Amino acid sequence: MAARAYWRANLRLLGLLLSIWFAVSFGCGILFAEPLNEYQLPGTGFPLGFWFAQAGSIYTFCVLIFVYVVAMKRLDRRYGVSED
Amino acid sequence: MDVKSWTFLIVGLTFALYIAIAIWARAGSTREFYVAGGGVHPVANGMATAADWMSAASFISMAGLISFMGYDGSVYLMGWTGGYVLLALLLAPYLRKFGRFTVPDFVGDRYYSRTARLVAVVCAIFVSFTYVAGQMRGVGVVFGRFLEVPVETGVVIGMGVVLFYAVLGGMKGITYTQVAQYCVLIFAFMVPAIFISILMTGVAVPQLGFGSNLAGEVGSRIAGGETISLLAKLDGLHAELGFAPYTSGSKGLVDVFCITLALMVGTAGLPHVIIRFYTVPRVRDARTSAGWALLFIAVLYTAAPAVGAFARTNLIDVVEGARYAESSETDAAKTIPAWFKNWENSGLIAWVDKDGDGRVRYRSGAPFDGKPAFESGPTDEAGRGVSGERLVTNAPSAGENELYIDRDIMVLANPEIAGLPNWVIALVAAGGLAAALSTAAGLLLVISTAVSHDLLKRTFFPQIRESRELAAARISAGVAVIFAGLLGIYPPGFVAQVVAFAFGLAASSFFPAILLGIFSRRMNREGAISGMVAGITFTAGYIVWFKFVAPETNTAEHWWFGISPEGIGALGMALNFAVAIAVAKFTPPPPPEIQALVSSVRVPKGAGGAQAH
Repeated sequence: MAARAYWRANLRLLGLLLSIWFAVSFGCGILFAEPLNEYQLPGTGFPLGFWFAQAGSIYTFCVLIFVYVVAMKRLDRRYGVSED
Repeated sequence: MDVKSWTFLIVGLTFALYIAIAIWARAGSTREFYVAGGGVHPVANGMATAADWMSAASFISMAGLISFMGYDGSVYLMGWTGGYVLLALLLAPYLRKFGRFTVPDFVGDRYYSRTARLVAVVCAIFVSFTYVAGQMRGVGVVFGRFLEVPVETGVVIGMGVVLFYAVLGGMKGITYTQVAQYCVLIFAFMVPAIFISILMTGVAVPQLGFGSNLAGEVGSRIAGGETISLLAKLDGLHAELGFAPYTSGSKGLVDVFCITLALMVGTAGLPHVIIRFYTVPRVRDARTSAGWALLFIAVLYTAAPAVGAFARTNLIDVVEGARYAESSETDAAKTIPAWFKNWENSGLIAWVDKDGDGRVRYRSGAPFDGKPAFESGPTDEAGRGVSGERLVTNAPSAGENELYIDRDIMVLANPEIAGLPNWVIALVAAGGLAAALSTAAGLLLVISTAVSHDLLKRTFFPQIRESRELAAARISAGVAVIFAGLLGIYPPGFVAQVVAFAFGLAASSFFPAILLGIFSRRMNREGAISGMVAGITFTAGYIVWFKFVAPETNTAEHWWFGISPEGIGALGMALNFAVAIAVAKFTPPPPPEIQALVSSVRVPKGAGGAQAH
């Protein structure tokens, strides 16, 4: 049963992280880029939609993977499926 | 020292380094040859993955592409990085737990089927060859331009180096040379980028300078006393000259969405990227390693759009309205700089003085049809016009634009444009070679393992001894290098056209099959095979139709739902999922041992042992 609970917790985490993945790239960078371009990233000259498409989404991707690494390490331990 | 001596020196040193690493990291077993013994440190693997992934195209062409496409170039930036999130979260840790050597291994075992394995082998070989031909060509071009040896000789030298370390060291040799190659290529990319950022904005970090106000030596001249951000100025210049705005898109929304998705999913499905995650000791390392890989890639991928915007602003400023001929008149107007003429001599810039005023006019639209066909060689004075420009035989277009610029020069010419010392120019050449060679080696390994492991060992001769399998792997790596070199020397005209194929096929075949294999216990042989076949047939059919059968109809009004052939892999992937799930519903579930395999892949505990280096 631990394995099933572990898998469900894993899927919840994936759901959350992939929603953010979708929101920054396809959402802010593509679908809503045009309206977001009305605003600028505070303190810089970047139109906001353009920034998400050419920089912001990439930074977010990096953060997402490292959050996943840390969160999974915890899950592995909590459910006793860690490799060591 | 002049540029050529510097280039010989730096390129020679880097090659010697790669060869030394190859001798140190010889492979003694098939496990070392295929997956470096599974003992690569996650950070080293991240670096190797980054070098493996960033090809000659990422290094040489991408910044230039973005420079000319503006916002529309974002599809490459997001598409080629976002795939790593999918890879890290959905594929890499599970494939590491599965713990075999290749992608067809997983597909064949998970779907208990030789047919599935063969479909995967064919896709892996096709995707890799498509890619590798471009890399060998890139090697030849860099040699040709910086060392003035013929392209063919350049390809042969490049082949020799790759042959040496790929055949000797397999994955182990490749991994550690790729670590060195990453360092060379990122250094070579960042040095000019930092210098240009300082010149344009006074900020030393290109990623920050990208969003800053114009300042610095060149920037303040362009701003002309105004306080204005680089991007606002660039948008303004674009509007003045009739180009589409730099920071907003001109492609259809659906198309941009689909291309980005196809590139992301395709990245996650490319065999030479996936197999890198078999090389780390633990499941946890596979996750971490994907993070490091993306971080190392992001250094270049966030600098490239900055370089693109700097180069674009600078180019427009320097070129527009400049007089071509040098004149003794004390004329306030600017003249064309020397780098412009150097690249014109290389045939990558051409200027047609349509209105005969002796000044370059740069506007939107093509100056003439196709690539420039010059009347004669660069040294022939008879082939030059009134101002001294090289004449072309192409018929001029009706538009106002007089200037042809090849996108590839943006990165290669950057050091000259910024007036950087000769060793920086040499460094860029070495960086381009590192990018091309590292990617080529990774791809060749996929091809050789597909032949020796997936075909010989797992399909036709399961009894083959390990030493013979290793010999077969070395021979097929050698044959693949020679074949790839031939493709580099005699490039088939369609190389550029089939790159869309590589991503489209990876997106519409491997990605859904592997994903369902992990996340659906119920997915069976029938579903997976029919899904892959449907996805590939649809995607390949669409691309072949618009690229080869009826290229004249390759325009937005003929595309389905406005999706270009580059983005059709996204639809192919959706079709693969739909067909696979529907077919699996009406066919028997996979045998219990396969369901147990899926359960075991899902938990990290008990991953196969590693071997320290």
